[in-house]
Amino acid sequence: MRQTRAIELGTGLFVLLGFAALFFLTTQITNREFGLGDKGYRLTAMFEQVGGLKPGAPVSMSGVTIGRIESITYDFNEYRARVTLRIEKSFDRIPDDSDATILTAGLLGGQYLGIGPGSSETFFKEGDQIQFTQSAIVLENLISKFLFSKAAEGQPAAEPAKEATQ
Amino acid sequence: MTAPVIRELVESVRDSLQTLGAYTLFAGRVARETPRALWRFSLVIEQVYNSGALSLVITMLSGLFVGMVLGLQGFDLLQRFGSEESLGSVAALGLLKELGPVITALLFAGRAGTALASELGLMRATDQLAAMEMMAVDPVRRVVVPRFLGGVISMPLLAAIFSLIGVFGAQLVGVQIMGVDAGQFWSQMRGAVELEDVMQGALKSVVFGVACSLVAVYEGYHSVPTAEGVGRATTRTVVVSSVSVLLLDYMLTAVML
Repeated sequence: MRQTRAIELGTGLFVLLGFAALFFLTTQITNREFGLGDKGYRLTAMFEQVGGLKPGAPVSMSGVTIGRIESITYDFNEYRARVTLRIEKSFDRIPDDSDATILTAGLLGGQYLGIGPGSSETFFKEGDQIQFTQSAIVLENLISKFLFSKAAEGQPAAEPAKEATQ
Repeated sequence: MTAPVIRELVESVRDSLQTLGAYTLFAGRVARETPRALWRFSLVIEQVYNSGALSLVITMLSGLFVGMVLGLQGFDLLQRFGSEESLGSVAALGLLKELGPVITALLFAGRAGTALASELGLMRATDQLAAMEMMAVDPVRRVVVPRFLGGVISMPLLAAIFSLIGVFGAQLVGVQIMGVDAGQFWSQMRGAVELEDVMQGALKSVVFGVACSLVAVYEGYHSVPTAEGVGRATTRTVVVSSVSVLLLDYMLTAVML
């Protein structure tokens, strides 16, 4: 009898430890927040280019995380990407002319959505759309723009040289 | 001249096919008896104790040292790129997705798998299994399935404990000794690890649990009933489980990535 009790106790301890470890791994080490009754409210924003933005990425104002990206879909009516964000309930005083910009954390970090506050007296509420958006910067586009502008600069300089030879 | 060589080759191919078939049939038999074994759950609990709780110390100790060495090596490597702050995410992802499930499975094969195989082998050698059959008790249902289920239940829990202790081991070396910022360590980790990564590791460890436990009970149950046969069954358990865990790990990673 005593032996079975020891076995049951040991097993119980082991199973408890195992589930505690699993619980810790899923709640503390991942970026998910569980058990928040505070569901907040939803906003949408349309972007030409979302780059590497992923669902679950933070939405921040002045570096403070105020919500997360809920979903990213493609809107065939506007031919743009529709980003749905969920803002925590406590951040309910965001002016409704605020702008949304896709930013990158550090040089190699993940992308997040930055909200810059506007100056309107009315605030965003459930289901509103952010009007002013700025797309993600795609490095290739930036480089090609730079190269083309350089090439365009070089053009007039080459022209007179051509004429001189004629 | 060449005929004996060819005959041997054919025989060895036939033997390995036969082993594979026997494994599959045995797995089917175990799977069929599983629902009935769940009725007598106390037997399973006893086996969770035997293969899980008794493997706890070795798993925790290994997890700590694997985590610590990961902290040390990771720090050294990341420092060359000037990004030692991402040590947390590197250690956590490495542990959760690969090292946790795989090393736990290898330890499990060595600690619990051998115990299972030798126990069953000895039962076979001392005719205990035959005696059960005489009493119209199905030894697969009464002896094999609880041991199998105990292993399957234990493995994910052991792997989770391993990964968690490993993360703390990496934190111990990285933050306390090497001086990575604690806030950076944890926030980078939280930023990089998704729930999906934890689930992938858990899925892996469940698959490894099935593989290791099945190999152990198969080898033990089918061991040659001699002292040498039991020893050989134990050895084969470690070899076959280790190889199949590493093989399955590659395949699972390739599928899930």
